[in-house]
Amino acid sequence: MKPTETGDSEYFHRVVDCQWACPAHTDIPEYIRLIAQGRFTDAYMVNRESNIFPGILGRVCDRPCEPACRRARVDEKPVAICRLKRVAADHKDDIRERLPKVPEKKNGKRIALVGAGCASLAVCNDLMPLGYECTIFERLSVPGGLMRYNIPAFRLPAEVLDEEIGYIIDMGVDLRLNAPVASMKALLDEGYDAVFVGSGAPKGKELNLPGREEGDARIHIGIEWLESVAFGHTKGIGEKVLIIGVGNTAMDCCRTSLRVGAESVKVMARKPRQFFKASDWELEDAEEEQVEIIINHSPKEFVVEDGQLKGMVFEVMEYDIEDGRITDSRVVEETFIEADDVILAIGQETAFPWIERDIGIEFNEWDEPVVDRETYQSTLSGVFFGGDAAFGPENIIWAVEHGHQAAISIHNFVHDKPVTERLPRTVKLSTRKMGIHEWSYSNDFDPAARRQMEHVPLAERFREIDTEVELGFTAEQTACEVERCLNCDIQTVFFDKLCIECDACIDICPTQCLTITPGADNEDALRQELTAPAENTDQPLYISEQLEQTGRLMVKDENVCLHCGLCAERCPTAAWDMQKSFVDIPYARDHDVMPCRQRKTG
Amino acid sequence: MSFITKPKVEWSGQRRNPLGLTIRDYEGGMSTLCAGCGHDSVTAALVQAFWELAIKPEQVIKMSGIGCSSKTPAYFLNGAHGFNSVHGRMPSVATGALAAHRDLIAVGISGDGDSLSIGMGQFAHAVRRNINLLYIIENNGVYGLTKGQFSASADPGSKSKAGIENRQQAIDPVAAAISLGGSFAARSFSGDKKQLVPLIKAGLAHPGCAVLDVISPCVTFNDHEGSTKSYAWTREHHESVTVADLVEPAEAIEANYDEGEELPVKLHDDSVIRFRKLEADYDPGDRAHALEYLERHRALGKVVTGLLYRDSDLPEFHQLSGTALQPLRDIEFDCLNPGADALEDLQRKMR
Ligand SMILES: Cc1cc2nc3c(=O)[nH]c(=O)nc-3n(C[C@H](O)[C@H](O)[C@H](O)COP(=O)(O)OP(=O)(O)OC[C@H]3O[C@@H](n4cnc5c(N)ncnc54)[C@H](O)[C@@H]3O)c2cc1C
Ligand SMILES: Cc1ncc(C[n+]2csc(CCOP(=O)(O)OP(=O)(O)O)c2C)c(N)n1
Ligand code: SF4
Ligand code: SF4
Ligand code: SF4
Ligand SMILES: [Mg+2]
Repeated sequence: MKPTETGDSEYFHRVVDCQWACPAHTDIPEYIRLIAQGRFTDAYMVNRESNIFPGILGRVCDRPCEPACRRARVDEKPVAICRLKRVAADHKDDIRERLPKVPEKKNGKRIALVGAGCASLAVCNDLMPLGYECTIFERLSVPGGLMRYNIPAFRLPAEVLDEEIGYIIDMGVDLRLNAPVASMKALLDEGYDAVFVGSGAPKGKELNLPGREEGDARIHIGIEWLESVAFGHTKGIGEKVLIIGVGNTAMDCCRTSLRVGAESVKVMARKPRQFFKASDWELEDAEEEQVEIIINHSPKEFVVEDGQLKGMVFEVMEYDIEDGRITDSRVVEETFIEADDVILAIGQETAFPWIERDIGIEFNEWDEPVVDRETYQSTLSGVFFGGDAAFGPENIIWAVEHGHQAAISIHNFVHDKPVTERLPRTVKLSTRKMGIHEWSYSNDFDPAARRQMEHVPLAERFREIDTEVELGFTAEQTACEVERCLNCDIQTVFFDKLCIECDACIDICPTQCLTITPGADNEDALRQELTAPAENTDQPLYISEQLEQTGRLMVKDENVCLHCGLCAERCPTAAWDMQKSFVDIPYARDHDVMPCRQRKTG
Repeated sequence: MSFITKPKVEWSGQRRNPLGLTIRDYEGGMSTLCAGCGHDSVTAALVQAFWELAIKPEQVIKMSGIGCSSKTPAYFLNGAHGFNSVHGRMPSVATGALAAHRDLIAVGISGDGDSLSIGMGQFAHAVRRNINLLYIIENNGVYGLTKGQFSASADPGSKSKAGIENRQQAIDPVAAAISLGGSFAARSFSGDKKQLVPLIKAGLAHPGCAVLDVISPCVTFNDHEGSTKSYAWTREHHESVTVADLVEPAEAIEANYDEGEELPVKLHDDSVIRFRKLEADYDPGDRAHALEYLERHRALGKVVTGLLYRDSDLPEFHQLSGTALQPLRDIEFDCLNPGADALEDLQRKMR
């Protein structure tokens, strides 16, 4: 078996499950430790470095980190990573002094950005401190994109948006509101050094069934309806509302309906619960508000009588499911369900009616722009895409990461460097040993269960449309939750030359991660040879060089390592050490485009 | 030693034995031995063996004398009975415990100092009485607890940490057990659980005194160059004469064993361990041959390990003494204590 290549940055980065899963690679364990020490401002800044919007994301992030969290493999639920982010944002001091400084003297490069959503804002955040002049053209009268006019204020208050968007706009971004870009060609003609398209995926999907046209007055497209509520154009809805679809947009539509007058709201799902797209927590929140979620109902037609929408006919479905996949389905019966209004929440698409198709920006067969996954450049050099506009609807944290990457490309591009010339992520390690049995992190395993977020009582919740539902963690909840983090960035690092094969580490490990073994022919066989068979193949094995005394191998299954440090504490020869890994993530500012400027002359 | 207790964690993928217990349910208190001490590995091997055999902890009694080794019963099977006796006196306590409760599964843990220096006489008589006990000697060649003086198992020529050579002869507990008329003698190494765990299981299943000498290096006082009980020395010089294969309970009844080539040992869970011979000329059923083999290899500087001698037909302590067939606590009080008149009668007969 080949020893694990740990010099390569990926290995130890991958061990930090949450940070690896976060599209922007937020240094989660580090900010959680800072919160544990009461250093909220520092924790906020660690977050801001990579995800830019800690207060926003601390409330509404899609949280790809949480399902990845190691804690969920040794306990019922993951660490409340997202909620802790909000704790940092809620309790920080004024951070303005700590924001990157924007030079007075500009670098002479002008960038145009289409749309003031999170993707464009991320680009500005990275480029403004480097002396760029950024101009954002926004169709609407406020910046923020979907975060502002689709995510309801009861989940994400306007003040939080204003504050965090403000930090970026106040760097001196030239924000042109009510300024839809109607022609890419015209924009290009204005002579910007580069153009970034962050215009989102603004088109809600249609459901063309019989009765759609006749019932149009009471049939709404989810994202348009949410926008119209957000801007105060829509203030009411009928008593009985059906939401078609069960993704996150559906969750916002059903909960918003309850706040503008609906009495009975049903979310209609075609498939069983295990196939829902909405996050568990959004489903839970909707059900807490008495929204009914009805499974196995496939829409068949809108029923309209005398020009008035009466409801919808559904086909009741039955599915055969094997290994979590639907293998067959059949219609059991048809049923009519009454409704005054129907909201369609079945997805969104990109739409670029304002980009001429003859200017070198290629579109694929689905009419999506052809965009490079690494550089975010389109087929027209100097034109970059990011956020939902690039590859279709995703989420805020992905849009931010696209922004960071596009900023690097733009920085290279305008300085005549290849956009593909990008610095790799690297990992730095440093020991956390303080004394013989002392480590500079809280390594004792705390068995506490995940803290539950408190909500505003149902009776008060609907009085105002913008009452934030989640109250945030109390000091006690925070103190408990931070200790649930296993500090996965404090790595177990092995030095084969020191090991005397005494087995102490293997015997002390509380989760049977370690084995000294003669090895096996291949990794699958090796996985079965270990102290506890390593069944989770998503998690890597850490394989040492041959040991001095017997030539055997030390193998660690990373799967359920608690990062408790007991192996290192027990090892008589310090062959195991606990070392903090710091993932160095390169941003635009780290890409040295003007070496001649930095060189001193004379 | 560690300052953090090994935490209890309910991790996914944890395995359970037929009693529904995880291996962690067979552990004991936090070890206070030096990090890297061989004794902790023996502890881990015992935990593994008991877990795999799915023995209920409360069926077990663990006893010891004094020494680092004798501390180890505190570190496994929290739910078992136990007695930590005075230096070298574990066999007396074990004899008493088993006399009273013959159904207990008994483990005695001792050290080379505890059994071969101060407790040599006790060791000898436990062996020749064949009390039904797994008798483990965690052998490191020194008195670890009292800071590393040579013990009676230190080899002549082996050097202390300060560089002083031992010039007295060494007692080999395996050879001693065989010549004392023992019924089971084996040797293993704390750094080789593949060999050690099956030997522990076989010793537990053996009806009589199973002596298991485990070379268990003292990392603090006897793991240096020049020591013949270090990890490195033991690895280089130990030579196994048997290899153990486990036959699962279901197959065990059907299987045919080639008595010439292998020693089958039936375990508590009805599985069988076959100790296959690695050395063609080794015969663990022949006392004279075993002693000769051990002596020949000692002279060559080899540490012979494996199941080295067994005679499962030798009568054990209760058979020899014709004692009651059930534990004393299961006997009616009137029968157990027939009263002053009965004693008077008995004494009259003896006058
Ligand atoms: C109902 C709903 C709820 C959601 N909830 C969450 C959530 O909880 N968490 C999460 O992470 N994600 C959520 N998302 C997804 C998330 O909002 C988007 O992925 C994210 O906002 C994409 O950012 P963006 O910058 O690419 O585009 P957008 O936020 O869509 O911003 C694009 C901007 O461009 C402007 N624009 C468009 N065309 C033009 C033009 N031609 N000229 C000028 N301006 C233009 C638009 O007005 C808009 O302001 C949700 C989405 C929806 C629909
Ligand atoms: C009657 C008596 N004499 C001497 C001692 C001191 N003493 C304690 S432990 C020990 C030797 C233990 O050696 P060993 O059995 O090999 O155990 P180890 O510590 O090496 O595991 C001695 C001599 C004692 N406790 N009691
Ligand atoms: S840090 Fe070491 S002892 Fe602790 S769980 Fe991980 S491998 Fe095991
Ligand atoms: S405790 Fe240290 S010396 Fe002992 S086996 Fe583990 S790594 Fe090797
Ligand atoms: S002194 Fe030696 S025998 Fe005692 S605990 Fe330490 S290493 Fe083990
Ligand atoms: Mg000793």
